[in-house]
Amino acid sequence: MTAFAEPIALPERRGPAGRLSDFFWKHPYLLLTIMLAPPLLWLGIVYLGSLFALLLQSFFSIDDFSGLINYEFTLATYRQLLSETNLDIILRTVLMAATVTLASAVIAFPIAYYAARYAQGKWKVLFYLGVMLPLWSSYLVKIYAWKLILAKEGILTWFFEKLHLMWLLDAWLALPVVGGNSLSVSYTGTFIVFVYVWLPFMILPIQAALERVPGNLIEASSDLGGTPAQTFRFVLFPLALPGIVAGSIFTFSLTLGDYIIPQIVGSSRLFIGQAVYAQQGTAGNIPLAAAFTVVPIVIMGAYLFVAKRMGAFDAL
Amino acid sequence: MTTAVLFDNVSRHFGAVRAVDGVNLEIAEGEFFAMLGPSGSGKTTCLRLMAGFEQPTGGHIEIFGETAEGVPPYRRSVNTVFQDYALFPHLSILDNVAYGLMVKGVGREERRKAAEDALAMVKLPGYGTRRPGQLSGGQRQRVALARALVNKPKVLLLDEPLGALDLKLREQMQEELKSLQKSLGITFVFVTHDQGEALSMADRIAVFNDGRIQQLGRPEDVYKQPKTRFVADFVGSSNVLPAKLCQRLGLKAPSASLRPEAIAIAAPANGALSLSGTVAAHSFLGAVNRVVVDVDGARVAVASPAALAVPELGSPVIISFDANELHPMEDA
Repeated sequence: MTAFAEPIALPERRGPAGRLSDFFWKHPYLLLTIMLAPPLLWLGIVYLGSLFALLLQSFFSIDDFSGLINYEFTLATYRQLLSETNLDIILRTVLMAATVTLASAVIAFPIAYYAARYAQGKWKVLFYLGVMLPLWSSYLVKIYAWKLILAKEGILTWFFEKLHLMWLLDAWLALPVVGGNSLSVSYTGTFIVFVYVWLPFMILPIQAALERVPGNLIEASSDLGGTPAQTFRFVLFPLALPGIVAGSIFTFSLTLGDYIIPQIVGSSRLFIGQAVYAQQGTAGNIPLAAAFTVVPIVIMGAYLFVAKRMGAFDAL
Repeated sequence: MTTAVLFDNVSRHFGAVRAVDGVNLEIAEGEFFAMLGPSGSGKTTCLRLMAGFEQPTGGHIEIFGETAEGVPPYRRSVNTVFQDYALFPHLSILDNVAYGLMVKGVGREERRKAAEDALAMVKLPGYGTRRPGQLSGGQRQRVALARALVNKPKVLLLDEPLGALDLKLREQMQEELKSLQKSLGITFVFVTHDQGEALSMADRIAVFNDGRIQQLGRPEDVYKQPKTRFVADFVGSSNVLPAKLCQRLGLKAPSASLRPEAIAIAAPANGALSLSGTVAAHSFLGAVNRVVVDVDGARVAVASPAALAVPELGSPVIISFDANELHPMEDA
């Protein structure tokens, strides 16, 4: 027994701050609403609203003579979008996005696997630094740096010369489609720069997915007679798949929309991003630009749908 | 009798840490062998050496007469039941159980049937379509067992398989494992830190400490005649009588073990040995009273049947025991 009967509840905190705390404690959802309202409004009105406006624009058409927008609903712009030259642009972009995604996944997996399974302490720090560091410097600087690296007089050519492998580079550049005068003006160059720039976005999700795979599952597979290749195919890959899909969403959609890399490194043929830029800028054809932007949205939607059907998100 | 697993002076060092240090053991085919010890004693590393997850830094391992060094886990006819089961979360229970057969190229229909039989054997028939996440701990344990046994291993390794289960379930699984082992005739190597589990299930026990085997023998022998102070402490709770008391009892040894239940608080009968002391503490343990008697500074615990009266604290008592119950030990 204590000599003094102490109150069970502490006295109320004084001042407006104390009263505010009590008020929010009694109405927990109010605080959540106050915190979430601005970003939700931003997303809902500014972002989704402009997206909707864009979508709407694509159903208008442009008057060929006056260059003015004709505000009547029509599918004429989409007919224009499906013309041969424009389909060519779409196909080129989608193929590039697909190869970039595939190559990123193949390159990223071993790096992510090492980081998730073996790297510890300072090696893990080094891994994160190595992956993130390129993201800290300017995007334009990196691309121009690559233009110099890939140029005919660049360091890559010099390396090939020193290694007496010029014949290999020349043979590659002589190939149709992927070749060109030099790497910096070929699709190969565009591809290399895309892979370099988007690689971190592939590595990090795969690493996160692999980190969550318990090590004893690998041992269990091996114990049950699974060779390393089988363990990869039946255990590791399915469990890493959500990470690979998450990463591929980044690499795929970023490649689909980018208009700077193909403009600086690559041939003069257009990608979707460049087409949008040209149509809404110099050409002043906002409806066609809008129709072009609908393409990546539709492709990504279809991609996610297929990925979901294939069970890519089952392990989430 | 065929030797299932042979360790010849096997060591596994991790840098300066000697996880396993010069272990010799020979496990017979069809034996239920337990490796008992506290965490970090090297018992799990020994199991991993048998499974092939670790390679020895010294010594020689044979599994059914074949050299095991350099043989990867997937080429050993040894299967493991992992401590936390390690079921594949993305596969159904049936696919989990059939995994070993699948990677070995057994046909779909055949492996489905084998997996269903294995599930029936561990009393989970019809659970094949579920996912590991939908099962309780005890059920996952059974699936892990079925997944290992479906491969018909020559040696089944169990790494603290019952550690995560509650007491009732654990006792039930102990009985089931024991009868399963009897009916299948497969060699079981069982790692545990629970001495009761090891004593009740195993044919033979190896008690590990600091990477070495302290004692290897039948459960009764290890329990009744601990060779070292560590075994006396870890397996049950034998009294360790110091050299001074041994000498008084006419025994030439650095120390001796004496089980609490072998001692009576009574005057010695014919041929029995006795010591006198005072009651230092007592507590009620259900079936017995634990009475601690102070004999010239050495504390001797006595398990006295609960039916008998407990002497008062501080009162002088005589404790007596049969001479056969006093076992000399190797260390002080």
